Amino acid sequence: MADLSGLYQEMILDHSKRPRNFRVLDDATSHAEGYNPLCGDRLTLYLRLDGDKISDIAFKGSGCAISTASASLLTETLKGKTRAQAETLFESFHDLVTGKGGSADSLGKLQVFSGVSEFPARVKCATLSWHTLKSALAGDPTPASTEAEDAEDQAAR
Amino acid sequence: MASASTQEVFSRPDAPPLGAGSESGFDVERVRRDFPILHQQVHGKPLVYLDNAATSQKPLAVIDAERDFYLHDSANIHRGVHELSERATHKYEEVRRKVQNLLNARETHEIVFLRGTTEALNLVANTFGRKILKPGDEVVITAMEHHSNIVPWQILRDEKEIVLKVAPISDAGELIWEEFEKLLGPRTRLVSVAHVSNVLGTINPLQRIVQAAHARDIPVLVDGAQAAPHIPIDVQALDCDFYTFSSHKVFGPTGVGALYGKTRWLEALPPYQGGGDMIRSVSFERTIYNALPYKFEAGTPNIGATMGLGAAIDYVHQIGLENIGRHEHNLLVYGTERLSAVSGLRIIGTAREKASVISFVVDGIHPHDIGTILDHEGVAIRTGHHCAEPLMHRFGVPATARASLAFYNTREEIDRLVAAVEKAKELLA
Repeated sequence: MADLSGLYQEMILDHSKRPRNFRVLDDATSHAEGYNPLCGDRLTLYLRLDGDKISDIAFKGSGCAISTASASLLTETLKGKTRAQAETLFESFHDLVTGKGGSADSLGKLQVFSGVSEFPARVKCATLSWHTLKSALAGDPTPASTEAEDAEDQAAR
Repeated sequence: MASASTQEVFSRPDAPPLGAGSESGFDVERVRRDFPILHQQVHGKPLVYLDNAATSQKPLAVIDAERDFYLHDSANIHRGVHELSERATHKYEEVRRKVQNLLNARETHEIVFLRGTTEALNLVANTFGRKILKPGDEVVITAMEHHSNIVPWQILRDEKEIVLKVAPISDAGELIWEEFEKLLGPRTRLVSVAHVSNVLGTINPLQRIVQAAHARDIPVLVDGAQAAPHIPIDVQALDCDFYTFSSHKVFGPTGVGALYGKTRWLEALPPYQGGGDMIRSVSFERTIYNALPYKFEAGTPNIGATMGLGAAIDYVHQIGLENIGRHEHNLLVYGTERLSAVSGLRIIGTAREKASVISFVVDGIHPHDIGTILDHEGVAIRTGHHCAEPLMHRFGVPATARASLAFYNTREEIDRLVAAVEKAKELLA
């Protein structure tokens, strides 16, 4: 049985109540919007890329505890990382929250989201900021949505 | 599970012994026994099902009716000369008469079977749009509509350049009458409105709406999906031109619903879909459409679910809509009182005329988190925009939590809801 305290871990509650890097990045080189129409979560992710490196990253928006904490921890984790490292982390994080295992070691603090895999309805909350990151890295102006992967994910459950 | 307080509300000294189906008595515990699904544990706690506006649960009588059909009578309708087909056809048409009776329609052929309210609204939008509407014509809806009464009109707006006008609502969630009336103009061709809001619970003043529209020769389409489970409906007294509802919200199976349309409208409108059953004769040169209501019923319908709908209507009549209304109103009053007492909780939708739907938000907690925590307490509610995104914008919230009550819910279950909300606050606020 899925455990509620496995989902709402201390660190997640802390980041949801006091999100880090929660601001507009005035000198951003790229930004993207994320929207989860089902729950109304909405965020904007800002990146400053120096060459291949994410030299600064921040976000603004509103969402549930899981999506806010996920965005907050994403910004903490990715500051100073390269584009390639960010993309690898995306894959690992996605595997973690969808229960596909993978190399969790590299995730560090992000492992706190492992409980999400027990709550299929909440996976999209955890991945919204990551999909938005992908859009920002790609310079994609259309809002990122977690809906595209829907049919595949639903069938997998 | 009956609490003493549950009994106190409904037992009166002069009332006959309690029991489902008795005229003035109503025994919620006895009624609950008719719904096998309610008696289960979810996450180790007894299920409290408060998501009835999304879909209602089905009594055993409904499940049996659908099963019996497939066990004994299954055949296609309106086709074969053989015994099973005749039996299936007869039973199917019997359900049509039950729906006619439920809505008090004048004629049986004014009842069209469809997949549900969404398809019914689309049917009217599509056929009315093709036959009647011209560029610049206006359709009036309200700010509290479900997406299914918004998007079909937007499709028409894009394709036929009609104008969609939206009547605003007050902070309490009531139609602002003066504003609504102002929208009825010389180019208004149709008013399409929810009888009951699926988010706010608001019961719209249908009679007044129809009178105001008819005074200007404007027909009225009513989305009755949320009204049919709670309120007696009389389409002749209302004098509305179209009325729709879904089986699965009135304790019947999914996959079937009905459109009521006045004869003259159904005759005037063109077919919706082409296919079998909706024709009288077909040649490559010319097709003659079938009579009402078959003109609108192309293809093999969901016959099994329709049998279940028939049983659901019988069941509702047996309980009595008056009993249902009284019990639900008591629950609504109790639930509103209990939830209002929770600090930081705000109820969205406080109309004077209200069905048993309570939407709410809690300071500092996103509705999605409330939904997850309540689920772990065994309490099933809906969270999100409830297919009414514009309404969320109207109230400045990203989403709401919604508890929607049916006649099989109890005061004890509302206590469980309130306790679970308190637990969510403890954990997250």
